[in-house]
This record gives sequence, structure tokens and C-alpha cells, in this order.
Amino acid sequence: MEALDHTFAALADPTRRAILARLAQGETTVLELAKPFAMSQPAISRHLKVLETAGLIERRIEGTKRPCRLARAGVDAADRWLDLLRAALEQNYRRLDAVLAAMKPNTPQEEKS
Amino acid sequence: MSLSLKTEGDQHIIVTRHFAATPEMVWRAHMEPELIQRWLLGPEGWTMPVCINEARPGGRVRYEWAHPTRPGFHIEGKILEVEPYHRIVHVERMFLPDPTPENHVVTEFTPDGHGTLMTMRMTLPDPETRRQMLASGMDKGMETSYARLDALAAPAPLAS
Repeated sequence: MEALDHTFAALADPTRRAILARLAQGETTVLELAKPFAMSQPAISRHLKVLETAGLIERRIEGTKRPCRLARAGVDAADRWLDLLRAALEQNYRRLDAVLAAMKPNTPQEEKS
Repeated sequence: MSLSLKTEGDQHIIVTRHFAATPEMVWRAHMEPELIQRWLLGPEGWTMPVCINEARPGGRVRYEWAHPTRPGFHIEGKILEVEPYHRIVHVERMFLPDPTPENHVVTEFTPDGHGTLMTMRMTLPDPETRRQMLASGMDKGMETSYARLDALAAPAPLAS
């Protein structure tokens, strides 16, 4: 749960979501990532640190560069989590299906199932 | 029936679901306390002993949930717009017991084939609030997924 808390905190920021969208196209260096943003490299690096802590990206060392890429496991966890929330809502709505099935159109609300 | 739950931008949550009933019936199930109390219950074990929904602009909304072994909680809100059988706009806060930031909700019911498509668009004051709101559903989601396994053996009874 704590890990997912980090995940959703990381996703709450529009710059970080834009970084993830860029990384979805493939592995990239910090320098390339910083280009489309009106932001310094250190500012981008701070966002990357948050994404890395949240388990959403991975970084490796290649000479003096540290290319980043999406971490599939972290992204999948966020998806699974939304699936669980969907399941909770769906339980309510299945009950509602049953309530609706017991109702008749244009009748007073007194009928009981 | 394909429930969809999506985030949009920084502040919105969009839920859509199809129902095999007329917009009028789905509307009533969302607005008449006696019907709301049968389904808006979350995981197994919860009931809604208090349900107030004054379906007019300025009307009050109050839903109280209770559980045999857990502390209860409630929602307090106000209806802003009512367009019968089509659209409801309201604001609500959840009290756990401290109030959560205000959630602005537009619920629409539109004819969809032989049934109704419900679209619920929630607007939270900021991204952090949305994050916390989605995260608070986690425990319930987990519990519900287990409850659903149990429910596979037998059809779930109506809540009433």
C-alpha cells in the first residue's frame, strides 16, 4: 500500500506524467528528457528521482549517462490498483442492477423486491 | 455491463456504466432514499441506516453508513442542479470523521440502446485530494474483491 501511495503521489504531477508519456516511447537520457520542458536538468532530475522511488522508472549507468526507462512492474501495479477500485464500484452497481430489475417503469417507489 | 473508471487531467475522475433500465428508473435509483439504501453500500456487511436526498436545488444530501464491527462514516452534501431523469449536479464531503475536501459531481443519464448510460464526472479541488480519494478506495477495493469471490457461489441478495 505504501508503495502505491508513492506511485499515485508521483502520478499527481503533470510534468512527471509528461515524462512517463515520453518514456513510453523508449529509453531516454536526462538531457533529451529536459529538452521539451522549460526546466533545468536538475529540476528534471528531481522529478526522475520521485518517479524512481515510486517504482515507475528504472535508471542504469552507461558511462557518464544515466538513461531512464519505464519500469513495467510499477506501472502495472498502478493499473491493478485502479482495477480493484473498479471492482469495488462494480459491486455497488451489480446491486443496483438487481434493484433496477425489481423495479417497474413508471410505478411508484413502494414496490419491494 | 462494462464499468469504466478513469482519471482525467489533474482533478477529475470519470465513471461510466451502462444499465439495462430506462433513464427514469436509473435516476430514481440514484435519488429516492428507499432505493439508494438497497445498493449504495460498498463491501458486504455495510448498511445505510440514514439516507436523506432532497431532490431539488439547494436540497440536502446525507448518507450514513454503519457496520457491525467498524466505525461508521457519512457523506454530507448539497444538490445544485436537478434536471429530472437526465442530470444531477451536487457537491459532497465525506466525514471520516474529519471532512474531506469538497467533491463536485455531475451525474448524467442518457438513453443507450434499450438502456441507460450513466456518466459521473467528479471534480476534486486539487491533484493531491484526488490522489487521496483514489487511495482511500484501496482498502475497500481489496475487501470487495474477496467478498466477490464469496459471492460467486450464490447470487448476492438485495441489500434491503
